[in-house]
Amino acid sequence: MSIDSMFTHKMWNEDELSKMVDGGVPFPMLSDAGGKVGSVYGVYDEDAGVEARGRFIIDPDGVVQGYEVLTPPVGRNVNETIRQVQAFQLVRESKGAEATPSGWRPGKATLKPGIDLVGKVWKEWKTEQAFD
Amino acid sequence: MAEEAAVGCARPTGGPVGEEPDNTATSEQQPINEEHSMIKVGKKAPDFTAPGFHKGAFINTKLSDYLGKWVLLCFYPGDFTFV
Repeated sequence: MSIDSMFTHKMWNEDELSKMVDGGVPFPMLSDAGGKVGSVYGVYDEDAGVEARGRFIIDPDGVVQGYEVLTPPVGRNVNETIRQVQAFQLVRESKGAEATPSGWRPGKATLKPGIDLVGKVWKEWKTEQAFD
Repeated sequence: MAEEAAVGCARPTGGPVGEEPDNTATSEQQPINEEHSMIKVGKKAPDFTAPGFHKGAFINTKLSDYLGKWVLLCFYPGDFTFV
């Protein structure tokens, strides 16, 4: 979503993005001319008239589980976004029985919060696991 | 005289020049809108509708149509910006 019109989205997809991704952008490219939606989400910069690089993870109940906002010159890390979605999906599927510690990615151990884990995380999780 | 503009990642915009308009009269009439709708994790994402482009067609999208699915909502400064 950006302040560009849907017409500009069409041209950008046809002229440039479809040359980066086969078949073009697979998801909806939304127009927020005037920045009304961006204002509600806190990413619209009124002075510049554009939106920051905001990224919101919204779960199937419509609840915001996480977000990240960057200023324009620095791009996102899509792998990290996908990792976070995978983590939120795992937690949801476990109905909160499992939690993903720092550095978790699919295949790595989760934690099972409970009275037995109090003060014992050091046994279950090592600092190296925070890093890939 | 037009100057050559530096090309950056922020979308360049214009705006009024010269003295700022006198707002004192209107600011008394209009109460300052202090409604800061902050996004909070664990709270509902504000619903919205937006026009857009998807798979060769112009569409109208509503966030709440995606209930039941995981959604990544991404904002960016503008089409044809570099990053």
